[in-house]
This record gives sequence, structure tokens and C-alpha cells, in this order.
Amino acid sequence: MTAIIAMIRKDLILYLNDKRALMLNLLMPIVLAAFFGSLFGGAGGGNNSKIEIGLVQQDTSVIGRKIGDALKADPTLTVQELSEQDAKDKVRAGKLMVAVVIPAGFGDASGQALFQPGSKPALPLYYDPSQSTVLAMVKGLLTQHVMQGVTGEVMGGASGSKFTEANLKQLEQVPDSDDKQALINLLGGLKKYQDHEASKADSQRTVATGGGNLSVPFTTTDEALSSGPKYNAYAHAFAGMGVQFILFMGIDLGIGILLARRMGIWNRLLAAPITMSQVLVSRALSGAMIAAGLMVAIFFCAMLIFKVEITNAAGFVLVVAAFALMTASFGLLIAAFGKTPEAARGLAVFATLILVMLGGAWVPTFVFPAWMQQLTLVVPTRWAVDGLDAMTWRGLGMDVALQTAGVQLAFAALFGTLAIWRFRAQNR
Amino acid sequence: MLSVSGLSKSYGERRAVDGVSFQVQRGQTVGLLGPNGAGKSTTVSMICGLIKADSGTVTLDGEPVGQGASAAKQKLGLVPQDLALYEELPAIENLKLFGALYGLKGSALAKRAEEVLALVGLSDRAKDKPATFSGGMKRRLNIAAALLHDPQLLILDEPTVGVDPQSRNAIFDTLEALKAQGRSLIYTSHYMEEVERLADHIVIIDHGKVLADAEPAELYRRLPAQAALQVELADVARVPAETVVAALAGLPGVAGVRHEGAQIDISLHATTHAAPVLRWLDEQGHALAHFSTARTKLEDIFLTLTGRTLRD
Repeated sequence: MTAIIAMIRKDLILYLNDKRALMLNLLMPIVLAAFFGSLFGGAGGGNNSKIEIGLVQQDTSVIGRKIGDALKADPTLTVQELSEQDAKDKVRAGKLMVAVVIPAGFGDASGQALFQPGSKPALPLYYDPSQSTVLAMVKGLLTQHVMQGVTGEVMGGASGSKFTEANLKQLEQVPDSDDKQALINLLGGLKKYQDHEASKADSQRTVATGGGNLSVPFTTTDEALSSGPKYNAYAHAFAGMGVQFILFMGIDLGIGILLARRMGIWNRLLAAPITMSQVLVSRALSGAMIAAGLMVAIFFCAMLIFKVEITNAAGFVLVVAAFALMTASFGLLIAAFGKTPEAARGLAVFATLILVMLGGAWVPTFVFPAWMQQLTLVVPTRWAVDGLDAMTWRGLGMDVALQTAGVQLAFAALFGTLAIWRFRAQNR
Repeated sequence: MLSVSGLSKSYGERRAVDGVSFQVQRGQTVGLLGPNGAGKSTTVSMICGLIKADSGTVTLDGEPVGQGASAAKQKLGLVPQDLALYEELPAIENLKLFGALYGLKGSALAKRAEEVLALVGLSDRAKDKPATFSGGMKRRLNIAAALLHDPQLLILDEPTVGVDPQSRNAIFDTLEALKAQGRSLIYTSHYMEEVERLADHIVIIDHGKVLADAEPAELYRRLPAQAALQVELADVARVPAETVVAALAGLPGVAGVRHEGAQIDISLHATTHAAPVLRWLDEQGHALAHFSTARTKLEDIFLTLTGRTLRD
């Protein structure tokens, strides 16, 4: 026991003396997690995830202004009103993802086009070709606001009666048909309603979106579903980056063993009255202690600075402990199968990057295709990230902690067994 | 004390060690001598239980050493050929670690670490990291790390590789002090002069086999020559060296003659034969640019046994 404690103590002193490793393993995940967290929505506060668009307001009609005002009032958009040339320049320079032009006469033309076939007025959209997803989102929002603006004004707005009369006159020139008669009946009824409303001289009528008494017949209520606290993208980012950089520490652990073998320290250790298993176990324990310490320090920063909440402390400790052991055994595996420190490092870094990518450390696995979400269940990092997510923003219970920790411990046992088998084979 | 019997080890088709046997008595210093690749380090690794022998046994005071946590290992101290130290761990921490591997702890460990630091002359550098040490200081610390548990047998695998003459002397002072304490040593080297200075028994290994196993005096007695005369001809342009060499070989007391250019190395059965040889050269009219005499060296023993020099 004295020997094992001495070897663990030695590893901890060496690690804490190595400022480069501390920098890499502790500060880098915090910096990168802060970046990714803010990228994916931050702490869930009011101003996150807004799409910045340009608006070229050339139409001064009621409908045109209603659409512009609705876009500005949309909580998911930040709108800059610009000239058309400025809007084009900014999109071209990548400073804006999308710019919407509401051309002169668009409001009148769209009101008339509501009940008539033929050409429809166009809304020019300029967009950054790398932002096609954002374009689709903006088009969806635009459809909502145009429909609300046009139907609201045509059906019940101040100029609604004028639109209805113009449409009825144009219908008279269309050849007779069942459809024509049905549309005349509809517009006639609408005209009566509009006249009645106008006669009430109701000053309370507003010109807001969906003005009058008509509006789009539905709305959406968006609700984020989670057992935990309010979603905080930093929680996932810290889990992912923590897993990645602590695995890098695991690589250093393995490389350290390979260097010890090259330098003769390994021989000196094994010349002592201790077994190889004792040497390996002590290295794994010190590695696991460092890994667990790092993860706790990383999440401590996440809680302190980025308001990440750990909703199940006991589960969190369990998941972190299992991940730490898995990391340490991963390091042993690298040492067991690596031929030289140089060759092993290159391969191990590559393998680690694949593991963290498939484990959802960079991008949450729920954005993966369904088949990949299933496939990545065989990747140990997936269970580490999922476990940490579960114990933070998802707010799940001990059953999930036990499951994710159990799978990681199984991987740790597998890696450790393979490593010890290989080391023994090499020493024969 | 230590008994090595019939040790063999092969790597694939290559037989690295082939039936090596020798003994080390208590208080004895055995020089394990051989060129690079002779099988010395593999033999040491098997003695210390670092690798498993294909066949043969190693016992220390009757107990098998073997791999793992054998009790016999407690009596062994290994100074590896490489600097087996943690460069970023202070010297005293290195020593405490290696002492703890042998069960030392607490104040006994701290006291012992200070003692061995003093023995190798590094007390004032206890808290410094080996990374800041000179090569010689690292070598001394490398030896100190094997002494913490007060081993009965210290095995030193080429402990002076890459060390300057001054540091080498410091290391030898330490080893002679250990020897004076009655400790047994196995010293592997391919430097004859080091082994000659320390060892009271020599085992010569080449191609994995023991070629000789005797005290230095006995090895010298086995040599056909006991002295060497070296001359450098000043007139090789007049008489070719080959002609002179052929004539010298026939003189009484001459055991062998070699030459390289104008320089001729003459092995003699006794030092007393040097004067007649020099007189003969003078009588034949060969002017000498230089001459010197020397006692035969262990190097010559290896040459005699293998037909090649140690550094081949």
C-alpha cells in the first residue's frame, strides 16, 4: 500500500508541476465551452439566438408598414433598417445573413392578389449562401408576418373596404362560373361587415398586426421540455469540452508510461518488490483522481460563471467518477498498445477526436441522424456526455446516473483488462 | 549470495543470452564485461526479474528472484543504464518514491533519503529537480535511488555512460565507499579500465555466452603476453614495416606483433624482454620516432578470447 500511495503521490506532484498540462486540461475546456455554449444559446436568457436581418422598407402603404413593424417586433429577430445598397453590401460581406426588401407597392399588390389568380408581388430576399438554414427560418417568419399583415388589412383594416370594392369590380369582368358567384357572395358579405364596422366609428380599432377583428386563426406556444432547470447550453458545452480535454489528459497518462519505459524508470519500478499490476493500478488511480479533479474544477467554473446547475449532486459524482476511471483505463490502453510515444500520441489524438465527435461533445447527439444516434451508443464518450447532461440541465435521476456510469465502468474494465493482458504479454 | 545458473533468453531467432552462469559472493564486486550487444543488459534484466528467462534460475541467498513482488527483490538494488529518474520531481521526492517502493515510510524514509544524498554528494541539491542537474549529478542521483533500501547486492548497468572524467571519478569514489562497506556489486561495462579499477572478479560475456569467469590476476596469467612494447619507426620509407614485423615475430620473448602504418605493437612474455627487442632494432639500423612499454591490459584478454576488441 505504501508503494501505491507513493506512486499516486508522485503522479499528482508531477501533474500539478506541469503547468502546460494544467493549462490544456483545465483552461482550454472552459474557454471552448464558453464559446460553444454561447453559440448554442447560452444560458437561455432573453437575447440569445436572435437572427440579425436587414430590412429595406420601400413600401409606405399600410400593409407594407405593418409587415415591417411585425418583423421588428418579432422576438427572434434583430432588424436593421437599411437602404437596399447597404443591405446588399452587408450580406455580401457576411455581416448580415439575410436582408428582406419590401418593395414599393407591395402592400397594395398583395392585398389585391389575395383573391385573384395571376401574378403575385415578390419580396426580394438577399442572403449569405452559407446561411441557407437561416434563410429558411426567415422565410417562415416572413410568411407569418405577410399573411397577418395582408389578411388583417384586407379583411378588417381601414383600407379593407377599398380592397373589397376593387376586387368585386374586377370580378365583374371575369366570365361567369360557380366559383365566381361563390367569391362574389363571400366578398359581398365581407363588404357588409366592413361597412357595419366602419359605421360604428369604433376608435378602438387598432392597426396592429392582425388588426381589426380578423387575424391568423392560430398561434403557437413554444415550450421547452426538460425535467431540470431552464435549458443552459453552457451545461452541454462544459460536459463536451470537459470530456474532450480530460481524455487528452488520459493520452498524456499513456504517453507518460511509454516514456517511462523508454527512460528506464519502468525497469526501476519493476525491479522493486511490487507487481506490474500494482504499478498499473496506481497509475490508473492517480490518473482517475486527476481526471475527476479536473471535471469538478471545470464544472465549478461553469456553475460560478455560466450559471450551470447540477441538479443531482450524487449522480454527478457517480458519473464523473466512472468517467475518470474510463479515462485512466483509456490511457493504460494507449500505453499498452503504443509502440513509441510519438506514434502513440498521433494515433491516440485521432482516436480521441473521433470519440468525442461521435460522443456528442462538440454537437449534441440529438442533431445526429437517427441511425447515428443508435450507432454512437457503442462509444464510451457518448455515455459520459449524456450522463453529465442528465445530471445538469436535464435534471434526471439516479437511475440514469447508474446507467451511464455503469456503461462507462464497463468500458473502463474492458480497457483495463486489455491493457494489463498486453503488458503481461510484453513482459514475458 | 547470488547464483545465476544456465540463464538463456531468445528474441525470435536471435539468442541474446545463452546459458550464462556465475556466482557473486557476499562483499564481492563482479565486473560483467562485454562489448555492446554481448547480452549484459539482458542478463541483468533477468537477474532483476524484469524479463522472464527462457530457461535457467537466479537465486539470492537461496531464494528465487523471479518476476513480481518476490522477497528476494528487497535485497537487490538496480541502477539502470538509463537515467531512471523523474526529471520534474525534486531529487528528495524521487528518492522518497523509490524508497517507498521497498516499504520505507515516514521519518525513516526521510532520514535514509538524506543519508544517500549525502553519500553521493548531493545534499545541497535535495530540493532541486534533476532536470536542472548536470549529467554527472544525475548519474549520482541515479545510483542514490537504488540505495534507499540498503540493498545487499547493488547491480550497476553501465552507470558511467556519457559522463565526464571528473564525474566518473566522483561515481567511482561512491562505489568504492559502498564496496568498503562490504556491499556486493555487479558492475557491467564495456570499459576495461573501469572494471579493472573496481572488480575483484570478472565475467566476460560475448554473443550471450560466458567466455571467462575468474579473478583479474588469474585472467592475466592466462595471457600469453604479460607486457607490451609499442614502437614507431622513423624510416618506413627505407624498410617496409611488414619486413620489420616478420623479423620481430621470430625474436625470443615476443608473443605477438601487430602493426598499423609505422606503429608496431609487440606483445612480450615478460617485461624483461623489452630491452633486447629495442637493442635488436637499434642493431638493425631502424631509427625510432617513439617507443613506450606497458603492462598488458584486460583489453588484451578480450582480444585473446574473441579475436576482436571490446569496442568492435
